[in-house]
Amino acid sequence: MYEFNYRKVDSVAAAVEAMQQAEDGKFVAGGQTMLPTMKHRLASPSDLIDLGGVAELTVVNVEDGNLTVGAMTTHAAVAASAEVQRAIPALARLAGNIGDPAVRNRGTIGGSIANHDPAADYPAAVIALGATVQTSKRAIPAEEFFTGMFETALEEDEIVTSVSFPLPEAAAYMKFENPASRYAIVGVFVAKTGGEVRVGVTGATACAHRGLLLEEAMGGELDASGIDSVELPVEQMNSDIHASAEYRAHLVKVMTKRAVEACR
Amino acid sequence: MSTVSMTVNGKAVCGEVESRTLLVQFLRENLGLTGTHVGCDTSQCGACVIHVNGKSVKSCTMLAIQADGADVTTIEGLADEAGLHPMQQAFMDNHGLQCGFCTPGMVMSALDIVNRNGNELDESTVRKELEGNICRCTGYHNIVKAVQAGAKAMGGS
Repeated sequence: MYEFNYRKVDSVAAAVEAMQQAEDGKFVAGGQTMLPTMKHRLASPSDLIDLGGVAELTVVNVEDGNLTVGAMTTHAAVAASAEVQRAIPALARLAGNIGDPAVRNRGTIGGSIANHDPAADYPAAVIALGATVQTSKRAIPAEEFFTGMFETALEEDEIVTSVSFPLPEAAAYMKFENPASRYAIVGVFVAKTGGEVRVGVTGATACAHRGLLLEEAMGGELDASGIDSVELPVEQMNSDIHASAEYRAHLVKVMTKRAVEACR
Repeated sequence: MSTVSMTVNGKAVCGEVESRTLLVQFLRENLGLTGTHVGCDTSQCGACVIHVNGKSVKSCTMLAIQADGADVTTIEGLADEAGLHPMQQAFMDNHGLQCGFCTPGMVMSALDIVNRNGNELDESTVRKELEGNICRCTGYHNIVKAVQAGAKAMGGS
């Protein structure tokens, strides 16, 4: 890892200011991707601005039909939160199956979605639940947030502050995981919210996305009977040593059916 | 260089570190606590698991400077004058190690499992909870037995 300036801040405003002063700064949340990336010299920021001390980013609450999770809430805290378990149990279970226990004690929801690893779990939930990503500048709807592999709508000096999830009537997440890394080879989150069924897909393509063809086949109901006949665009699927594009396309349908079943 | 101070195994320590110094480097190289191992550079193997403020973390994936002011426990902090910690003893009794490289991380993760799940652990819980610790010798069977036995022994002590 190359040397950098370490900046610890205690507020969002101070973090933004530190970023604006830095030559080539990066925010670090839990660091569970950032630090390995820096160790491998795939990133070499001039300044690392640590959000670990920003207390305002760790709030979890349910208000006006929304579950709001502060960006610096760890996966372990989301998994163990009685409030999350009551409001959206599928989200608590998703968080409890990210990585491993030690990673979950450091990794955060804000870090996960800002990094937007195409195989990360949270993006599927954010999309399927129709969440809103609150940042230091604005509110970004889920479908506009994830723009490409490791790319989001965030600007350089913009920080995710929280994610607000409208409470669903039913929700479930199913992932076919890589047994070594526990990243999703394919993960599908299905949610019924305000009478509408949405599908969020991660791991399958370069960018977490809404499964519109799958939603159409379900006709707005938690009904998986039409999923088998959906023709997913195989050419858009990721293909690597873990799974071919054809296999991923197949897995998307299998995980969707399992998630629908788990919703019922 | 910055000065960091923290409590390690009950003792106040401080040292000079670069921003990029990993917590595991600080423990091993500054403090000479070489029981915490580094087995990979991808945050997957778990040989470097320690406790920071009572929670398991991979000390290769945290900066020393981020642990400033923290309460740290490493494998060296477990045994006392009376002998091994019950979890260490259980690894010995159950042949829960062969080469021993992964063992410090396994033991520290095991204690975290007990903290969160109690003293009666079924096999599937232990296997799932040990997902972040890789062993290349044992095939895990005796490690799982050791964690279950150690958890039970901790409840009885």
